[in-house]
Amino acid sequence: MSRAGRALAAAVIFVIAAVLLGALVGAADLSPWGVAATLLDRIPFVHLDTGLSTLDQNILLQIRMPRVVLALLVGGLLAIAGAGYQGVFRNPLVDAGMLGSSAGAGLAATVAIVFLSGLGSSVVPIAAFAGSLAGVAASWFASSGRRDTATLLLSGVAVGMFLTAAQAYLMQRDSQDLQQVYSWMLGSMATASWTQVDEALPYAAVSIAVLLVHSRRLDVLALGDDEASSLGLNAGRTRLIVIAAASLAAATAVAVSGLIGFVGIVVPHVARRLGGPSYAVVLPLSLLIGGGFLGLADTVARTVLSPAELPIGVVTAVVGAPVFVMILRRSQAVQA
Amino acid sequence: MSSLVADDVRVVLGDGIVPVDGVSFNVESGGWLGVIGPNGAGKSTLLKALAGLLPYQGTVTLDPAPDGPKRRDLARVLAYVAQQPNLPPDVSVREYVLLGRTPYLGYLGNPGRHDREIADGALARLELEPLARRRLGTLSGGERQRVALARALAQQPRILLLDEPTSALDLGHQQQVLELVDRLRLDDGMTVVSTLHDLTAAAQYADRLVLLDRGRVASAGNPAEVLSVSRVREVYRALVSVTTDMRGRPVLSPVRPPEGLRPCRRDVDSA
Repeated sequence: MSRAGRALAAAVIFVIAAVLLGALVGAADLSPWGVAATLLDRIPFVHLDTGLSTLDQNILLQIRMPRVVLALLVGGLLAIAGAGYQGVFRNPLVDAGMLGSSAGAGLAATVAIVFLSGLGSSVVPIAAFAGSLAGVAASWFASSGRRDTATLLLSGVAVGMFLTAAQAYLMQRDSQDLQQVYSWMLGSMATASWTQVDEALPYAAVSIAVLLVHSRRLDVLALGDDEASSLGLNAGRTRLIVIAAASLAAATAVAVSGLIGFVGIVVPHVARRLGGPSYAVVLPLSLLIGGGFLGLADTVARTVLSPAELPIGVVTAVVGAPVFVMILRRSQAVQA
Repeated sequence: MSSLVADDVRVVLGDGIVPVDGVSFNVESGGWLGVIGPNGAGKSTLLKALAGLLPYQGTVTLDPAPDGPKRRDLARVLAYVAQQPNLPPDVSVREYVLLGRTPYLGYLGNPGRHDREIADGALARLELEPLARRRLGTLSGGERQRVALARALAQQPRILLLDEPTSALDLGHQQQVLELVDRLRLDDGMTVVSTLHDLTAAAQYADRLVLLDRGRVASAGNPAEVLSVSRVREVYRALVSVTTDMRGRPVLSPVRPPEGLRPCRRDVDSA
């Protein structure tokens, strides 16, 4: 089996392990066989005696599983969006945050919390989704006329700083909402439901499909605009499509989970180290590793201080950073 | 058969600078045109315009003509190798050369067996098979240049545009690369247009030369016609001696001006 094949197979096993762990671990003590049988029983034409009570089945299927699935989805979206951005900009330090996505979502969510709380809590994810896309769009138009990558990134940084300043002003002005804004900014899966999964799925499917279709074009784009163009690629159009798809993925993730850092920037690096540089491998591998990683991080976030919860963004950084350093050091040692 | 005709090509950059102004030439099938000139003469800009990477005024006629107006149609006829090709360090030589098949792949397409055979053929042609699995970041300057040529060959072009194919190479590697290009055009009837800094190398390998000076054609013709002592002094502000080799091709050697005749900075600037 090729290096890429081995990496993809390992990533699938990693995702399955993350799902099973997320389903098993929690306040209610569910038997591993009962959990496995209940999950298999959901597959069409498979009927198993699960051995779980109705209450336990409800805990598994209505509380834990939506959360596990949402974490997989959000982690996968953040990671594949980060890989897409890094491919388009040929810069390994880029993620959605550098194009005004996070700042746009942050400001919009803060506006929703401060001014629109009367409309119910569901207004926050809608505002975050719209704000995330608006942040990227503002960065894109701010660089209009000179759509080279450096100008676009600098515009993204400028737009992001402006939006963050506006958010800080609102937070200082309405300090009674600080707690709610901060807890949103640090990300959480605590309110996960199948409804949220259903709402996120169409956007996730479109953005993931578009990114995967453009994986080979990202490989060509890695040669630089001139050489990519000389090979027949419309570099500008490819960049626009990939940025739009990655931004949709990041906006979908931020809408259902709040701001979760680290995944979008680090997981693509891990995918590259494990599966090689081709985006035909990096994109699906990022999707799987990002999903599995956030699934595990959420399990840690809800169990370490149980019954209280850690913000998932804290877990991704605390767990992910040492793992990333370890992978970096190992791969450097192998190369040496 | 393949040829390239440029007629009154003019490139105007966004800030009003005109790096290429009214350049015309004709390269016959299987010919090698060397574009020479001092730094800033517009050589690389001209090549980018010919490759369709910069907008230009005037006309460039290719034979065979591209099948359609899309970039990929042009890329099936004409391949361009940049002065310093951007080679992603972690990509293998084989995968990089395979990217040369991009113009032949559909929107959802991936390279198939036929594409891999052509890419492997390009590797074999340039004797790169032993390096096929190596990462690009581990190659020497000469190997990098050969790999970039192999990627261009995988495009199966009829016209090859090379921007300073021997820059940053030592003498031995320069000769290897230029011999290779010569073999390709003689074997395949490929038409070559290349910019070259080394005037002797240009004279040795190109059939015809176009000497650019500040974006305009200062001289064009066979190497012996273009590379005279007086013209080199006029355009390059350099003193050279020109001898002729056994094939009648000029060989240029830089000569240090005698004491008292050396141009001081002010002489050069006001010349």
